Amino acid sequence: MAMSQPINFFAQQDANRRRTRWLVVTFILFFAWLGFGGDWILWELTRGAPPNAYRHAFPWMGTVLTVFAALLAAYAWHTGPTKVLWSTGAREIETPAGDAETRLVNVVEEMAIAAGVPKPRVWLIDDADPNAFATGLDAERAHVAVTTGLLTLCTRDELQAVIAHEVGHIKNLDVRLMTFLAALVGAVALIADGLGRTLRSGFRFGAVTGGGKSRGKRDNVGPLVLVLLAVWLLSWLLAPMVTRLLALGVSRKREFLADAMSAQFTRNPLALASALDKIEHAAEPTTSIKRGAAHLCIADPLGRKSSLREGKLADFFGTHPPMALRVARLKAMGYQERKREGQPIQATA
Amino acid sequence: MSFIVLLVVLAVLVFWVIGAYNGLINLKNQVVNAWKQIDVQLKRRHDLIPNLVNTVKGAMQFERETLEAVVAARNQAIKVQQTPGAHVGATAEAEAQLTGALSRLLAVVEAYPDLKATGNVAQLQEELTSTENKIAFARQLYNDTATQYNTKQQQFPTMLVAGMAGASRVELWEITDAAERAVPNVDLSFGKS
Repeated sequence: MAMSQPINFFAQQDANRRRTRWLVVTFILFFAWLGFGGDWILWELTRGAPPNAYRHAFPWMGTVLTVFAALLAAYAWHTGPTKVLWSTGAREIETPAGDAETRLVNVVEEMAIAAGVPKPRVWLIDDADPNAFATGLDAERAHVAVTTGLLTLCTRDELQAVIAHEVGHIKNLDVRLMTFLAALVGAVALIADGLGRTLRSGFRFGAVTGGGKSRGKRDNVGPLVLVLLAVWLLSWLLAPMVTRLLALGVSRKREFLADAMSAQFTRNPLALASALDKIEHAAEPTTSIKRGAAHLCIADPLGRKSSLREGKLADFFGTHPPMALRVARLKAMGYQERKREGQPIQATA
Repeated sequence: MSFIVLLVVLAVLVFWVIGAYNGLINLKNQVVNAWKQIDVQLKRRHDLIPNLVNTVKGAMQFERETLEAVVAARNQAIKVQQTPGAHVGATAEAEAQLTGALSRLLAVVEAYPDLKATGNVAQLQEELTSTENKIAFARQLYNDTATQYNTKQQQFPTMLVAGMAGASRVELWEITDAAERAVPNVDLSFGKS
């Protein structure tokens, strides 16, 4: 009532369901290209081979990689929330001990009521830097995690605003897309680090020199194969970055929306503005939250100062919009509220 | 050809009716659900009060009136809640009384530093603050959903299926800011709505 334009949750939820599906499809297609692309190149190269030499007939690389990507996506989907929480070393608050934890659990319950979602499970991260994130696959299986630093730094109202922001992500189903993405980023990073290292040094080298050798022997290798080879190799090199880039594009606009939802739930945009201010000025990086889960957090846990600057570069590389801009928007909302305050509430309904 | 066009138009119409009908029913259930949430929180608040009163009773010999007002308001609120078919307005009024009485009691508790210092009272205060917040947020959700529902069933194309969906206006939980804040004269602001 007080907020004259309610945010359309359903449209946002639908958009998130759709984007998650697209993400799965893109992810699997990308891996399929990595595999079948290689098969294609090998097939072109070995087409004219003598009968007793190796001929690449069955696309085993593509088959293996596609199945692998599908399994990876399914694994990321099912274990995403647990993996994200595990990677931050969070512990669940089942029976709150002490005033601060009781307050946290109460605030989470309050915001779940305000948003009309089931109460998410509450987790605590032992870290002095204030930060918070939400994860889960849907509102029924959602988690909210905050650092101990947030509890000590924020007043009750500010804590409420931060939790409302996180519950906003849950209600929007942002958590589904972002958790899934975090799990994919994590899985791909792992592969790029471990498996990728051994695979690339042996296999890529072999492919390149093999191609070169056959080109020297015979002149029947068309430009198509060369272009294919270049694009294919580039794809392999970019693979670890692709998921990172996807994560960048996905998270920034959502922060503004979740800020607006926080204001809608608490009817107190200034509380979030002051909480964000405090979080921003406690500048040390949140050490327990790793790169893979960065886009889930309310503020960039890596403490990258790009969030202070505004501009094309910051826009492109930050997982979060500039904090100053978020605070300014919230303050503007707060002043609008105040201006309205003289009027009876019913008039705006 | 014209037959196909007619068929398509008809199909679109049927789909629209189904969509609008389901949308209304969905909203209606949300309203009912939001009201249940309020009910749960109100009950919680009623259960919490005897605890609070017992804890502070000993230390507050001189504030009998404040305590009695809280107990009386609670009993009244419970009575209204248990009346079957009690409408929103009556509940809102009884609960607003209770809110007023409680906030007066909490203001008095502030004046007794030793009482506040005992852990039990601090805990109870947090519980009470949280419960009050939960009621406020549940009310907010109820009012928002009810407003959406009321608007939807009155707006043009949807109103055509409103009768079919059995939609009727639901009462909002009206509370003016004055009533929330007023400490001495809570009753005066009612009847305005």
